[in-house]
Amino acid sequence: MKRLFLFFAAFALCLLSSCSSHLERVKPFERGNLAHPLMRPDRDSLLTAMTMHAYFSREASFGGGGVGGGGCGCN
Amino acid sequence: MKHLIKIISVICLSLSIHALAAEPTVGSTLPKLSELLPGAALPKTTGKVVLVDFWASWCAPCKASFTTMAKLHDKYAAQGLVIIGIGVDEEADKYQAFAAKHPVGFTLVHDAKQTAAAFFNPPTMPTSYLIDRSGKIQHIHKGFKGAKTEAEYIHEIEELLRQ
Repeated sequence: MKRLFLFFAAFALCLLSSCSSHLERVKPFERGNLAHPLMRPDRDSLLTAMTMHAYFSREASFGGGGVGGGGCGCN
Repeated sequence: MKHLIKIISVICLSLSIHALAAEPTVGSTLPKLSELLPGAALPKTTGKVVLVDFWASWCAPCKASFTTMAKLHDKYAAQGLVIIGIGVDEEADKYQAFAAKHPVGFTLVHDAKQTAAAFFNPPTMPTSYLIDRSGKIQHIHKGFKGAKTEAEYIHEIEELLRQ
């Protein structure tokens, strides 16, 4: 019984360790579409301005969209 | 029960072997590029120092690395350096447009089906593999960091050409 348990434990370990490599990940050489300028979130300045306005009108969700500043709200 | 255990063992082993199937690393032998890139016009690499570079038209650092590659080709080709730039663009017209816009002296080939890229599994774009005269991978460059990478290339290529 103990042997059987050890066998299934080893099987589960092998199976799970294989799982991680079988996940579908976008490889670096497959990122052509992701690198397209259309994929930029700030590609349309008007859309960005409207989005920021929508965030501003809901005060709690305003800010934190840029990388400048430390998120202290002092800028 | 014994049969079940045997079947499970075989499945388990095959999955693990598949998981362990690894891409070329430092010390491993360069695979036959003609098999990975069927139909591509490849230069002779036997007894040469080879630089295999994976690039794409959408990759900005790849564009920057082309100047360096061209310089390296001009300087060391006569001494036995062969540079092969493998373009991994899925669309042939983008590959051709990039190649036409950046004319270089070294060989450019299109990995249209991304077979070579899938085999090498470059961890970032661009990635280049520097191979010695015996066909073993000696250095792998992940990414291109301008003058720093260029200096590394020069140092390593000169060392390999001396061997």
